[in-house]
Amino acid sequence: MIQLEHVTKTYPKASRPSLDDVSVSIDKGDFVFFIGPSGSGKSTIIKLLLHEITPNAGKVYVNERDVTTMRSWKIPTFRRSIGCVFQDFRLLPNRTAYENVAFALEVIGKSKGVARRVVPEVLELVGLGGKEHRYPHELSGGEQQRVAVARAFVNRPLILLADEPTGNLDPDTSVEIMRLLDRINRTGTTVVMVTHDSNIVNQMRRRVVEIESGRIVRDQPRGVYG
Amino acid sequence: MRAKYVLSEVITGLWRNVTMTVAMIITMAVSLAMLGASLLLYTQVSDMQDFYYGKVEVSIFLKNDVTEAQRSSLQSDLKVDPLVQNLIYESRDTAYQRFKTQFKDAPDLVNATKPDSLPESFRVKLKNPEQFQSMYDKYSGREGIGEIIDQRKLLGKIFGIFNSVQNVALAVAIVQGLAALLLVANMIQIAAYSKRREVAVMKLVGASNWFIQAPFVLEAVFAGLVGAIGAFGVLWLLKLVVLDGALKSLQNVFPPIPDTRMWLMLPILAGVGAAVNAIAGWVTLRFYVRV
Repeated sequence: MIQLEHVTKTYPKASRPSLDDVSVSIDKGDFVFFIGPSGSGKSTIIKLLLHEITPNAGKVYVNERDVTTMRSWKIPTFRRSIGCVFQDFRLLPNRTAYENVAFALEVIGKSKGVARRVVPEVLELVGLGGKEHRYPHELSGGEQQRVAVARAFVNRPLILLADEPTGNLDPDTSVEIMRLLDRINRTGTTVVMVTHDSNIVNQMRRRVVEIESGRIVRDQPRGVYG
Repeated sequence: MRAKYVLSEVITGLWRNVTMTVAMIITMAVSLAMLGASLLLYTQVSDMQDFYYGKVEVSIFLKNDVTEAQRSSLQSDLKVDPLVQNLIYESRDTAYQRFKTQFKDAPDLVNATKPDSLPESFRVKLKNPEQFQSMYDKYSGREGIGEIIDQRKLLGKIFGIFNSVQNVALAVAIVQGLAALLLVANMIQIAAYSKRREVAVMKLVGASNWFIQAPFVLEAVFAGLVGAIGAFGVLWLLKLVVLDGALKSLQNVFPPIPDTRMWLMLPILAGVGAAVNAIAGWVTLRFYVRV
């Protein structure tokens, strides 16, 4: 499903590479944590998988496709098979929960009818039934992140990427979000989560890949934060 | 649905920054009006050139003390000259009559001119109007001839003035056009900044590039079209007020611009305005804002 082969990425003007000869393979339906201190290079992996950046060396395969040589006009269609959640939610403040999720469908050309059918369903799934017409500022942090998860999942992506999704949330709310991601993983969606929240990692007992200074130092099937 | 979405985005985009939009439309209108004026002047002048150059003559004015013999020998030489297509003799009397009708609106001038103050002349139409110089060389030294004048040269001066007016209009059009381009770039940047969140989400969920860029480009195109309509209005106004109004008495010299040619300006200006803004908008998006 996802494969990194000897990937090296050095940002311009950086003294050392963010990722240094990293190889990792993730199967369909996996749930993987990438952990490590700030600046270790774990967020770079998310950016590579989204094709926001390209590696200096090595290959990145997503859904059996070589992302590194992908033509730029193919990127939008490619991204439709990937959902993405961030620490800062990235919701549109002037749109309701419903409209935020529907927006993601509308801008890839889905009709309003499809949105009317699918959006309430996915909002129900993330536990926001009854709060469709609230604006982001009328929702708690956890609820906002649920809207973001709903938006990432509404298109039924094969892969869900989560970049520190609990970074702005208190521990109890974080646990709820993790339950939600776990539920999404059980539908067969591959989940890749970048975090440095040790409690979460220790509770979930899923595969852990630890990165330090751009290198993989540990890859454990049912790991803890360490 | 998509068309409706794009359209509503364009309208909110233009409203969001209405002062900027207006500034850009005005600049665009001035630039396009100048371009249109320049085009009209160009076609008009080339029409006039065809018309007048078909009628130009060489005037050979005779001296006051020309003798009968000199005149008739000149006339017979001109008649057989291979350069000459047509020859008319104008006596002092006919010259005076023509002068009187030409300046009938200025009786003071007519009264002050005596019938014998105008010289007699031969009006020569050349087979090839360009051959004035050989004509001049052949006859200029001859007894009894005062002056040989090529009307083409006079017309050339007048058309020279028209040409420089046209060039000035074109220069203003280019300078204003550059200003309009910068305003387009600025407008796009502001629009892209105010929609940066939406753009980020659209890119994240995989909206196609044209879908993200279309509202911005169409905003610029729309402003260009409105500017073109404004420019067209300005041109009509100029035609009505200046050419058909203030300069009406010059209509036999400067023929009125036909309506069909005026209407032709609308698609031309609209096309130029829309295309230039579309390209400017797209380039700004693609290489500067990197939407």
